[in-house]
Amino acid sequence: MSALLHVDSISKRFGGFVALDGIDLEVKPGERLGLIGPNGSGKSTLVNCICGTLQNESGVVRFDGHVMDGLAAHQRTHRGLARSFQLPRPFHSMSLADNLRIPLLYTVHARLGPLRSAGDLDARCGELLETVGLAKKAKHMPRDLTQVEMRKLELARAMAAEPKLLIADESMAGLSHSEIEDILALLVQLNERGITIILIEHIMSAVMSFSQRLAVLVSGKKIADGKPEDVVRDPEVVRAYLGQ
Amino acid sequence: MDISFDLLINAIVAGLLLGGFYAAVTAGVSISFGMLDIVNIAHPAFIILGCYIAYFFNINYGVDPIIVSIVALPAFYALGAAVYQVYYQSFEKRGQESLRGLAFFFGLLFVTEVSLILVFGVDYRYVEAAYIGPSIHIGLIDMPLRMLVPCLVALAMFGALEIFVTRTFIGRAIMAVSQDQLALQLMAADPIRIKRIAFGISIATASMAGALLIIIQPVEPSVGREYIGRVFAICVLGGLGSMPGTLIAAFLLGVVESLTATFYGPSWAPAVAFGFLLLTLAFRPAGLMGR
Amino acid sequence: MNTLSFSVIATAVGLAVLAFAHWLGLDYFYFAGYTILQFIVLSTAWNILGGYCGYVNFGSAAFFAMGAYSSVFMHKFYPLPVPVLVVIGAVVSGIVGFGMGYLTLRLRGAFFAIATLAMAVVLQTLVINWEYVGGSRGAYIIRPESLEVAGLTINYIEYLFVLMLILAVVALATSRAIERSQLGFGFATIRDDELAAETCGVPTLRLKLIATTLSGAFMGMAGAPFPYYIGYLQPQSAFGLEYAVNSIAMPMIGGTTSWVGPLVGAILLGSAQQYATVTISSAVNLLIVGLMLVAFVIIAPNGLIGLVQERLRRRQP
Repeated sequence: MSALLHVDSISKRFGGFVALDGIDLEVKPGERLGLIGPNGSGKSTLVNCICGTLQNESGVVRFDGHVMDGLAAHQRTHRGLARSFQLPRPFHSMSLADNLRIPLLYTVHARLGPLRSAGDLDARCGELLETVGLAKKAKHMPRDLTQVEMRKLELARAMAAEPKLLIADESMAGLSHSEIEDILALLVQLNERGITIILIEHIMSAVMSFSQRLAVLVSGKKIADGKPEDVVRDPEVVRAYLGQ
Repeated sequence: MDISFDLLINAIVAGLLLGGFYAAVTAGVSISFGMLDIVNIAHPAFIILGCYIAYFFNINYGVDPIIVSIVALPAFYALGAAVYQVYYQSFEKRGQESLRGLAFFFGLLFVTEVSLILVFGVDYRYVEAAYIGPSIHIGLIDMPLRMLVPCLVALAMFGALEIFVTRTFIGRAIMAVSQDQLALQLMAADPIRIKRIAFGISIATASMAGALLIIIQPVEPSVGREYIGRVFAICVLGGLGSMPGTLIAAFLLGVVESLTATFYGPSWAPAVAFGFLLLTLAFRPAGLMGR
Repeated sequence: MNTLSFSVIATAVGLAVLAFAHWLGLDYFYFAGYTILQFIVLSTAWNILGGYCGYVNFGSAAFFAMGAYSSVFMHKFYPLPVPVLVVIGAVVSGIVGFGMGYLTLRLRGAFFAIATLAMAVVLQTLVINWEYVGGSRGAYIIRPESLEVAGLTINYIEYLFVLMLILAVVALATSRAIERSQLGFGFATIRDDELAAETCGVPTLRLKLIATTLSGAFMGMAGAPFPYYIGYLQPQSAFGLEYAVNSIAMPMIGGTTSWVGPLVGAILLGSAQQYATVTISSAVNLLIVGLMLVAFVIIAPNGLIGLVQERLRRRQP
């Protein structure tokens, strides 16, 4: 089965600093991939290069059979690539519901044509907020939210774009145990509907229970890629990230 | 076009002398924009303020303009620190730099210019000093002292800044804050204080640049506006925050402007810098040596 | 209220103003009123790019002047009625807006702002060196005394006033329509967080180009009748800094988040300046504008409209 996402030897440097050094990664359709590694290892840079927020200097990103290089971020989103930001970036002058309306208007409509009335849009926004437990705050502004709630909004906004591949970048930081369970259940549900998911996390319990495959990034290089139980026993991974 | 070699070489030399001066003018913006990411488009207004302060003490008390500017350095530093404090409290802290910060500096630029018009009027002002008038002749080359002296002083100031930024603790902290504010905080240095010092230094350079400007040419309040384009053109062309790059870009701009003024007429000169800037922004925003 | 209803109401208000002007019978009212209406158009135009998208344009004077100079050019080349010149001015300045946007909008907002300043000076230098439109010596346009329209003889300055009134209504209706449309929604995401907007599928470059083109076009429309109004056009006055300052100060003082802000700012600041220029001096008047801009930007970032909204929000439980 051919890969949905194929990252071929991409590199990215900032001045003299090499953030990504020839990263190869493949994600199959419907897969649940976990991506772990210490802070500063390049995980977010990798996501930025895949999604088009940054341009990689060498290597190719292929998604759904098409080369993504040269495409702007919004074009990649139209093709089904969605991501949430590690540090939430809500649209602060709009309510939560309106925040979700943006990907609906600009991505879903762009792909499927404007077949929704305003009422349908409102309903869909409500649905999405319900799935992350923010339905009661639909009319609130992002500044009224807690950090945790903002992360949920980030996730909901990425989901609103109806992606084929969703990259969740540290959505669970600071959540309580039951909240983590909720988000995991949500992501598993999305996956069961056919959405491929890359989960970037530090919370190992979540990563282990969620991932079908695990990749490890350290200092811009991928040092492991395989079954979660194998990867966590890999001595290099233990040394570089997990500790004794 | 029949280009006389004599004219050409003198135009180039004049351009280099001018370029040295431009480097000093730009040094301040290299710090505020290149390192601190603050778009202080009011910088030229502070330079013009420096011009008029030098003018005032020169005409009324006979003090050499460069001496005036050195004495005025602490005052300009304090002014810069105060302006940064307001900027930080009102905009940087709230993440509103882009629209409101720009409008703030634009307002400052405007208020400064109009205030100077109200106090001094729109007539051109100039200073008097021993070195304004005579020239040195080396072979074919004519170097007016009123251009040579500012160029040398400018390069000295520029050199001093470069040493400060690379060799002293505070200087290196300023470079650090431009690259990684969080890391600096972890090193127990207060980034806000560092930025305030840096911005103060940036405005202090305007004091000296102003004195040098009024030695080179007569000044009236709206002259500052020509320099907005020059200063940012050099900054961007040289690569933000790169002092050597700024120097090279300054010389380059000086020579091109000088050649344009000599062979096409001075009315085209203002467009040169701005045209440079637009082209650089459009095609190579990282500049010649940018990061 | 949809755009059509709004346009009808705005037109009715405009007609009321016109009737009042007629009744007053003072030429001065038309002259001063024209200036204020012109500022309504300029600040509304600026706000489309500045307030809605968050991209600051310091070169408003250039777009205004390009509209004015395209009229001067046509006047010498092939005289046309002023309304046609308005359309030509819109097209010229719209193209300039598009071109400038295309060159610089891929960069951060700060670079764009500096580029607008640069462009204004480049255009001014080009015009100063262009002898056909008068260069630095300026161009004279003889303003006719009156105009024959549909059998009626109208005072020419009244004609210009009506023209600018129509432009103001069009500008306000357009910016209000944008504000409430999907386009305006997209503009707001660019202002709030451009990076996140791209990730949500908003084609930010395309939207920004639309904003710069529209903004430029409206400014060009405001500038097109100007040579006929003033009679003698010089680059220093057409490209004057007061246009740049006012087109920024008026929306920022009035409030940038809605179409009402530029209207309020233009009327208040414009009237105050008319008064000050006559009673004090034009330099002091500009100083006050500058100080007010700085003060408002620091103290009341959302302008007068923002202050009013704050007060209303506090009254609600």
